[in-house]
Amino acid sequence: MARNVSTGTKIGFTFAAWAIALLLFSPILWVLLTAFKTEAEAIANSPTFLPQNFTLENFSAVQDRSDYVKHATNSILVSVGSTLLGLAIGIPAAWAMAFAPTKRTKDVLMWMLSTKMMPAVGVLIPIYLIFRDLRLLDTVHGLTLIMTVINLPIIIWMLYTYFKEIPVDILEAARMDGAELYNEIVHVLVPMAVPGIASTLLLNVILAWNEAFWSITLTSGRAGTLTAFISSFSSPQGLFLAKLSAASLLAIAPILLMGWFSQKQLVRGLTFGAVK
Amino acid sequence: MKLTPILVGAFTLALAASASAQTLTIATVNNGDMIRMQGLSTAFTEETGIELNWVVLEENTLRQNVTTDIATNGGQYDVMTIGTYEAPIWAKQGWLAPLDGLSADAEYDVDDLLPAIRDGLSVDGKLYAAPFYGESSMVMYRKDLMEKAGLTMPDAPTWEFIGEAARAMTDRDNDINGICLRGKAGWGENMAFLTAMSNSFGARWFDETWTPQFNTPEWKNTLDTYLSLMADAGPSGASSNGFNENLTLFQQGKCGMWIDATVAASFVTGADSTVADQVGFALAPDNGLGKRGNWLWAWSLAIPNSSQNKEAAEQFIDWATNKEYLATVAAAEGWANVPPGTRTSLYENAEYQAAAPFAKMTLDSINAANPSEPTVQPVPYVGVQFVAIPEFAGIATNVGQLFSAALAQAQDATTRDMTRAGYIK
Amino acid sequence: MATAQTRTLSRIMMAPAVIVLLIWMIVPLVMTLWFSFQNYSLINPMMTGFAGWANYIYVLGDPSFTQSLVNTLILVGGVLAITVIGGTFLALLLDQPIWGQGILRIIVISPFFVMPPVAALIWKNGFMHPGYGVLAHLFEFFGLEPVDWFNQYPLFSVVIIVAWQWLPFATLILLTALQSLSEEQREAAEMDGANAINRFYHIILPHMARSITIVILIQTIFLLGIFAEIRVTTGGGPGYASTNIAFLVFRTGILSNDIGAGSAGGVVAVVIANIVAFFLMRAVGKNLDA
Repeated sequence: MARNVSTGTKIGFTFAAWAIALLLFSPILWVLLTAFKTEAEAIANSPTFLPQNFTLENFSAVQDRSDYVKHATNSILVSVGSTLLGLAIGIPAAWAMAFAPTKRTKDVLMWMLSTKMMPAVGVLIPIYLIFRDLRLLDTVHGLTLIMTVINLPIIIWMLYTYFKEIPVDILEAARMDGAELYNEIVHVLVPMAVPGIASTLLLNVILAWNEAFWSITLTSGRAGTLTAFISSFSSPQGLFLAKLSAASLLAIAPILLMGWFSQKQLVRGLTFGAVK
Repeated sequence: MKLTPILVGAFTLALAASASAQTLTIATVNNGDMIRMQGLSTAFTEETGIELNWVVLEENTLRQNVTTDIATNGGQYDVMTIGTYEAPIWAKQGWLAPLDGLSADAEYDVDDLLPAIRDGLSVDGKLYAAPFYGESSMVMYRKDLMEKAGLTMPDAPTWEFIGEAARAMTDRDNDINGICLRGKAGWGENMAFLTAMSNSFGARWFDETWTPQFNTPEWKNTLDTYLSLMADAGPSGASSNGFNENLTLFQQGKCGMWIDATVAASFVTGADSTVADQVGFALAPDNGLGKRGNWLWAWSLAIPNSSQNKEAAEQFIDWATNKEYLATVAAAEGWANVPPGTRTSLYENAEYQAAAPFAKMTLDSINAANPSEPTVQPVPYVGVQFVAIPEFAGIATNVGQLFSAALAQAQDATTRDMTRAGYIK
Repeated sequence: MATAQTRTLSRIMMAPAVIVLLIWMIVPLVMTLWFSFQNYSLINPMMTGFAGWANYIYVLGDPSFTQSLVNTLILVGGVLAITVIGGTFLALLLDQPIWGQGILRIIVISPFFVMPPVAALIWKNGFMHPGYGVLAHLFEFFGLEPVDWFNQYPLFSVVIIVAWQWLPFATLILLTALQSLSEEQREAAEMDGANAINRFYHIILPHMARSITIVILIQTIFLLGIFAEIRVTTGGGPGYASTNIAFLVFRTGILSNDIGAGSAGGVVAVVIANIVAFFLMRAVGKNLDA
């Protein structure tokens, strides 16, 4: 990155980049600031930027009405659980498709992706009936199963494109050395595959965390996730902007922090091996 | 608590079960009165040992969730919050457990429930849902703005007067709209208002042979009046305003008049309102045809037949809708914040009358609504602001979309012309 | 390396995924197909029996069907255009030597972590509300009449919200691709005396082709099913101005409690999604082999 540019150009680019970035960030900033305002201030005719009467009452009001910790725990259980389950099923499949491809591999992949295109609203009743009969309604494991299947195609596809980048000759060299399959996987493949798996994991945690249809429809309190938590603040009677902001901030904070800290890993996986 | 034999049995069962920490799942709407109930419910748990698992959702999401659950016999909920539209339909389909225990309980006193509300929640004389709060609709107006416009609001205004007053009160430069009405699409949003309004114009949804009547002059009249009123005196963006949006506008002092649910009265005179001391109330308008444009609704608690905890659920409903609950809320939040519109005794209570200036108008509005004869002409259906058939929600959702679009277009066209003519800078 | 042994092994390894997805696809789909030929109203148990093609005729004859189809394409196309073009520019900008690149990246990626209902609520109440939204205040500040976004430009507003959510995703993928363009390639191009525009068209764009393909593919899958944002903001209106196929299915199936028609709509949506997918794969599939 050691390109030589004049300081003036650098200032110009920096300014432009920051301006756009802050523009993109402004809705989140708005939530952050509004969460600490009073309801009256949040909706005042002459808007304020910083909270004039800094208050935490919105957070206590939100917590009084809804158990944040319970919802957050469910969100973590469902998103992490479904991702791990998805990886357990997806890694072998992607590995097989990447290293022992057949003529039909591409078709199988495309078929898997196409299952993702089924509109959730169209299959609500069948799923609801199945969940009722299997006693999965309002359970964390039921929701985890749904999240697993709806994200599995993405998991497999990401892993596949990533695994494909692992040069095949390394594998065959390892085999010629007489290494056991086990050794081959543990010592050769895993170290090369870990970054791809890590970013697949991260992306799917985010996708599962943000899923809003099934997690609201299939739960009723015990297994409700943070998307269900938000739904109870969405448009109540009276003034609600500040409380909604507080609830929104609570709902997105964990995933935002996780995303920020793991940004590098995430990016590596998002490129799907496009980068060598 | 004095209990009838049935309830004694239920109560013993419930007590026995509560040893193993019984839990009820309660689905309710995120309206102010319900949130208050949730807050006060720790007392119920302390008293009975029954744990409560609250599912508090925005109205449309809640309705979708409970409908899916009860229709598929899902059994996720023990207590559901439903309205006057759902209660009789669901009861007829055998989805709801009758509240026989409550009906037989002298202490609960079902005869104290307002007759219009109670009838709406009963099928063949059996009560299937207990009203948590009841509402009609009425005119809420700003006394100061009315005075400024040189007008006096009668107790029972006509649409003509409302139109005149709305246009006179409108002051665009100061961001004051003469009238705020619902425009947001939905059978429980704009269609509730428009259907009730159309009754006072003599319109009906269907004639006796179930033929839709939208091409009649009565409906045309209703819509013309509504659209021109909103274009001349309504707020911008009216077609996405529902109850909550209009409430906010009114509380902010941006509406001269607002015709909506009677429960709004305690909000517009409450602490969040900047115009609390300037609000007056009047009956919903009419056209001299003998019917007023007010509706009838009760958010009520019911027990789905799929519940495994019917006794405990009935115990909870008793707690949340009996006379004692009203007193509890009054003690904690003041009489003005008691859930209104369910009990005759509340309206005979001198303390309530003193604390709630809107009490009489609310009661009169509720009594003025007649679900079995909603409009001037005969109709084959029951319901004031809805038609009590299962398909209505779907039909009215579609119609509501179209009316909402008509409002958006009317507003758009007017804004264009007014800008061109220089009224809007 | 496709010996019989590895083939068996790879079959075993793929089996769980294939079985799970087969169940997921077949069980609800078969049930949906079955329901789509039945009279099945959620709230009227009197309606039963075989419906023939009635549900399909009802859905395809819906006055808003054509409009929903068009809206779906506009929604997908509009968001793709904004995110791919905007993402490319943003990636090019972030690739320049600038101060605070690390923090900038974190800021730019943030909208991707906001769950759709929250994003929609923020935009609806905080930004686009004609009375107290930030944009309304801004317009007033500049002496303009506030715009009533969801009524005047419903579909456009939805596109903006969805594009806001997906722009970070596109930017990040494209940025990473850009940064992998080797320094030698760049320098060689600069030596050749190629100007910035030529460099962009002949070196940078071809290098990013694969990443752009991936952005388009992944986003299309999600964009075809956009639903929460519409439900929270416009409710598909005014009229049907912002109703897409997913929302149409929601309206017929769930809002109207007509499972028969809703299922027929679901089947139609699956067919449409697969047609789109088919053309998409043909159009971009080649890039993926590279």
